[in-house]
Amino acid sequence: MSILLDGTTRVLIQGFTGDKASFHAKEAIDYGTNIVAGVTPGKGGTTHLGLPVFDTVKAAVRATGATASGIFVPAPFCADAIMEAADAGVQLIVCITDGIPAQDMMRVKRYMLRYPRDRKPTLIGPNCAGVISPGKAMIGIMPGSIYTKGRVGIVSRSGTLGYEAASQMQALGIGVSTSVGIGGDPINGSSFVDMMVRFEADDETDAVMMIGEIGGPQEAEASIWAGENMSKPVVGYVAGLSAPRGRRMGHAGAIISAFGDSAHEKAEIMRNSGLTVAPSPAELGIAMKQALARPARRVVLA
Amino acid sequence: MDIHEYQAKELLAGFGVAVPKGGVVYTPDQAVYRAEEIGGGRWVVKAQIHSGARGKAGGIKLCTTPEEVRAAATELLGKKLVTHQTGPAGKIVHRLYVEAAVPIRRELYIGLVLDRRSERVCVVAAPEGGMEIEEIAARSPETILREVIEPAVGMQPFQARELSFGLGLSASEMNQAVKAILGAYRAFRDLDATMVEINPLAITETGQVLALDAKMQFDDNALFRRASVAELRDYAEEDPRDAEAAKHGLNYIALEGSIGCIVNGAGLAMATMDMITHAGGEPANFLDIGGGASPERVAAAFRLVLSDPRVRCVLVNIFAGINRCDWVAQGIIQAAKDVNVPVPIVARLAGTNVEQGRALLRDSGLRIVSADTLAEAAEKAVAALNAPHSTRPVREKEKVS
Repeated sequence: MSILLDGTTRVLIQGFTGDKASFHAKEAIDYGTNIVAGVTPGKGGTTHLGLPVFDTVKAAVRATGATASGIFVPAPFCADAIMEAADAGVQLIVCITDGIPAQDMMRVKRYMLRYPRDRKPTLIGPNCAGVISPGKAMIGIMPGSIYTKGRVGIVSRSGTLGYEAASQMQALGIGVSTSVGIGGDPINGSSFVDMMVRFEADDETDAVMMIGEIGGPQEAEASIWAGENMSKPVVGYVAGLSAPRGRRMGHAGAIISAFGDSAHEKAEIMRNSGLTVAPSPAELGIAMKQALARPARRVVLA
Repeated sequence: MDIHEYQAKELLAGFGVAVPKGGVVYTPDQAVYRAEEIGGGRWVVKAQIHSGARGKAGGIKLCTTPEEVRAAATELLGKKLVTHQTGPAGKIVHRLYVEAAVPIRRELYIGLVLDRRSERVCVVAAPEGGMEIEEIAARSPETILREVIEPAVGMQPFQARELSFGLGLSASEMNQAVKAILGAYRAFRDLDATMVEINPLAITETGQVLALDAKMQFDDNALFRRASVAELRDYAEEDPRDAEAAKHGLNYIALEGSIGCIVNGAGLAMATMDMITHAGGEPANFLDIGGGASPERVAAAFRLVLSDPRVRCVLVNIFAGINRCDWVAQGIIQAAKDVNVPVPIVARLAGTNVEQGRALLRDSGLRIVSADTLAEAAEKAVAALNAPHSTRPVREKEKVS
C-alpha cells in the first residue's frame, strides 16, 4: 500500500471543465489515475475528456462510485466545493486552489467536525501540489516524471520544494511511496502529523521526508509526535532560515509572527526530537540516503 | 493588508466600539479646524503610518492650545518616523489624526487573532495595556486571558464577560467592555480581518471604556468580497516594488543582500535564499514567479530584481515540472536580451527536458553561468560577486566600446 491513493481509487474532478483542471486531469489520466467523472454545475449531462460531467458531486458519486476528488474551482467557491464533496461522502478531498479566505477554511474545518472519526473525510490542501503515489496514481499538479516508485514518504508544505526533494532522491536511486503536499495556507486540511500517522502505519513506507517552512506550529508538533511515536527514520528540513520577521513569504501561512515560527526554532525542535535535519536544501536526498543506511533508529514498543 | 489607526477606529465604531472624538487631517490648517470642532481644550495629534510604537518615535503629541496643534501638525507632516516596525528606512507622515485627549485611569489590552493552533479566532486580553503583547507575554504571561471562538455560532456574550471580569472590571465598566469586545469580534468576522488590536482599551477618569488606539489587518485572499475594506489601501505606505510585482503576478519581498533571486514556488524561493546564505552570500530578495515561466514574466522579474541597486548577481532557479526546461530557457534568454541585464546571471534549471534547456543557455551567446544543482547555483552566484566583468552578459554599450 501507499497512503491515501492508489491505482484503484476512483477519482472525480471538481471544476472539471476549466482550463487548469482539464490540463492536469489529462496529465493524471495519462499517468494512470482512475479518473471516472467530473463536476461542473450547469454542465451536467455533457462529456469532457471522454468522461461524464455531472452537475453535483452527489450525482457523480452515485453514478460512478468515486471516493476521491480533486478540486480546481476558483478560490471564492472553494469552501463550498469542499463541503459539497464531504457531504456527498467523498473520503479523500484534494484541494489544489490557492487564495481561499482564511475564515472560509475555518468554517470548512468546523463543518468536517460533524463526521465521526471513522467517516471523516481527509482533506489535503488547499494551496498545495496534491498527492501522488508513484507508478499508481496522482491528484494534483506535480510532474509525474520526477518520482520513482519506492519506499520513502514525502510530506511537504511547498510544492516545488517537494519536487526538489523527489528529484534529489531520484538522482540517488531512492523512490517514493507517496508524496503529499499539505499546502502553504495558515489553515489547512491535513497537518504534518496527520500524514506521519499514515506513513508510520504504511507497510510500503520505510522512511519519511518532512519539508516544512516558517510560520505556524505544525512542524514542531509533528517533530515531537514523530520523536515519541515513529519507528521509521524521519529526515526534516524547514525552509526560510533567512526570512525576515513579519513578512509573508509567498504562501499565506509563511510568516514569522509568533514564538516558535522561525526556521531555526523549528529545526532545533526537529533535532531535539531525534529527527535528522538536512543541513541545506541541496542535501535533502543525501540526508535521506544516509538515514536509510543507518540501522533502525529504535523500536517503538506497541 | 494593513490600514491606518483612524480607518480602524471608523470601522470599529460602526460595530459599536466606543472611540474618542477625532478626525483625519492632511494640513496644519485642517488640524486646527478639527481641534476646534472637537473642542475640550486637550488634543492628541497622531501621525498616521502603518506602524506601532509611534509614540516612542515622537509621532504622537499632546496639545492644549490650537497653536500647539498647529505646531505639532507642522512638525509631523512630512516627517520621517523610524520605529522598530518600520525598519531603519522609516516612513513619511502624510496624514494625521486629531483626537480629543481623555484623562485615563487604566489601560487594558484587547487583541483578536487567527490562532493557527486551534484554527479559530482567539480573543486575547491583558490587564496591562499600552505596551506590545510580546512585551506583556515576556513580563507577565500569567496575566494574559484567552477565549477561543466557536466558528459555527460566533463569540458569545459570556465569553466577553469572562474576559472583562478576568481583567478586574467593575459592573458598569464590564458592560461597556463587553460591547467593545463583541463589536471588535463582529468587525473581525464580517470584514475578514486577520487581526484586530485595541491597545489600549482605556477606562477614563469618568468611567467610560474607550478604544484609544486601534489596529486592523485584513486577509488579502478575502478582499474580493470586501470592497469597502479594499478601498482603504494606502499605496503611499507600501513599497512601490510590491505593487509593481503584484501587477505581474509576482511575489516580491526586498531584503538586504546582493544576490537577486528569481525562483518558481514560494518554498523553493525560501530554500534558494537559505542556500545562498549557506554558501556565504546574502539574498537581495524573495521572488516567486509562480507556476509558468513565460518570457514576459521572467522579464518582469529581471526588471524588478534589478531595480534594487544593491543587486550584483542574479540567480535564476526554476524547477520546471509541467513547463519544460527548454521553454523556460528560451524565456530566460529572451528576457535577458530584452532587459539587458548588467550583472552576471547564474541559471539553474531542473525538471523536464533539462538537457535541451541547458544547451540553449550555453549556445545563447549570452554569458549565462549554468548550474546543475541548487548547491552549485548558490556557490557560482557567490563566486560571481567577486568575479571580473567578463562574466557579465553582453551589453549594448559594451559592444559599442
